Amino acid sequence: MRDSSPIPSSEVTPEETFRNRRFFMKSAIWAGSTLATAGLYRAFSPQAEVRNTGAAIATVAESGVQTSLAADEKVNAFNDIAGYNNFYEFSTDKHAVAEKARHFVTDPWSVQVGGLVHKPRTFDLAELLKFESVERIYRFRCVEGWSMVIPWVGFPLSQLLKMVEPQSTATHVAFESYHDIKQMPDSVYAGIDLPYVEGLRLDEAMHPLTLLATGLYGKTLPNQNGAPARLVVPWKYGFKSIKSVVKITLMDREPPTTWSLANPGEYGFYSNVNPSVDHPRWSQAHERRIGEMGSRPTLMFNGYAEQVAHLYAGMDLKEYF
Amino acid sequence: MKLSADTSFHRQLFFFNGLLPALLILIDGWRGRLGTNPAEFITRTTGVLTLVFLMLTLMVTPLRKLCGWNWLLKQRRLLGLYAFFYGLGHLITYLAYDRDWQLQTVVGDVYKRPFIALGMFSFLLMVPLAVTSTNAMIKKLGGQRWAQLHRLTYYIAIGGVLHYWAIVKSDVTWPRFFAVILALLLGYRVVEGMKKARSAAAPRAS
Repeated sequence: MRDSSPIPSSEVTPEETFRNRRFFMKSAIWAGSTLATAGLYRAFSPQAEVRNTGAAIATVAESGVQTSLAADEKVNAFNDIAGYNNFYEFSTDKHAVAEKARHFVTDPWSVQVGGLVHKPRTFDLAELLKFESVERIYRFRCVEGWSMVIPWVGFPLSQLLKMVEPQSTATHVAFESYHDIKQMPDSVYAGIDLPYVEGLRLDEAMHPLTLLATGLYGKTLPNQNGAPARLVVPWKYGFKSIKSVVKITLMDREPPTTWSLANPGEYGFYSNVNPSVDHPRWSQAHERRIGEMGSRPTLMFNGYAEQVAHLYAGMDLKEYF
Repeated sequence: MKLSADTSFHRQLFFFNGLLPALLILIDGWRGRLGTNPAEFITRTTGVLTLVFLMLTLMVTPLRKLCGWNWLLKQRRLLGLYAFFYGLGHLITYLAYDRDWQLQTVVGDVYKRPFIALGMFSFLLMVPLAVTSTNAMIKKLGGQRWAQLHRLTYYIAIGGVLHYWAIVKSDVTWPRFFAVILALLLGYRVVEGMKKARSAAAPRAS
């Protein structure tokens, strides 16, 4: 105050105006804060439904393959399968992957198959889609403790491996995912080394249950599920089923695998689904089936023990986890 | 009355905005819009909200000192109670979904998993603070002792951030975000404390 002369009455705000202004300010603060709080919550809440826009894939009927699903296990909705993905190249937020992978270019594509083989070759997308496709309804168990039932479309990996004729010294198969920082800018937040690499023992790779999947729900794979072609190993934790494969290499030793490199104490090479071998930070005895309340007991080898247990005869699965 | 002195307005505003996320979770749950894995979403959201309110309570002092917003002090206990409220929600979600109400397994889980122990420890420290959050309790304990007890908030916040850091698989973006904010808030207090100590130690004319 420069001078202490009384304020002339003409300068005094009439009470009504004052009240109105006060009311207006309060209303604005109410509206602003509510919008901000709700907006923040919304930013973190799950995204909208994902639609199945793939092209249809013709499948052939097969007999003699038991994927042994109990009658009480329902196939998960497309939106569950295609709207909730671990694909760290695009995002570590499982609900955000579908949107982030929307513009991922999967055509042209090539898968380079080499290493200890007699006939190394590169398969382009058309050649991959030429294999006779079958539909396989498998359980899918994530190491995080959730699971789904997924109707994959694809072909047994053994068909592709037989074409390149593995040499007698080959004991393992290494896989590598596509990685391109330009197409996957958020991969800098992944917290794991990329490109993603995985591996199987040759007998696991040749097992009739092991698929190279090119589709689900009768249509080509959505980008977020590992288009155009991904591995599916139903008796192992999901991270073994490497997405968007660009390289398959036959080797004579155990190949390095991404999660084992990132955290060797928590993720082993084998990573077979096993209710009696816990993850160091959580139990694996139960799982949450997406779409169900409560939890269900986890099955040995994810319910495929009958078909795969012989692969591990005499092995201590706690040691080879 | 100035808006900055309108305590009942502040109270209503803070109360409503603090409750809003819980209401939205309930509404979304009722509409079936909690995503593919609702259990995971509720667990994560309540956990993050606990940390958010812990950070807000710790922001009151710096904001008062730096911006002169002394009116915030009257809302601090409400913010703290919201941290407790969401922490309790987080704990109940864990007991319901992670433990399937098998309460006898909780002790073993705390023993087996350090990050669970961290979270549990932080929550248990919040209990005495929530219990003593009434005016009557401040009188009973005496302001000095009450303030001393409520400095547990620092340890609760540190425990909460470490608990978050220990559960993520590889992407520590969000735990790091909270860790940086907490480091700033605690760092501010350390610096202020050192300044105080220095001015107290300075020779004074008598």
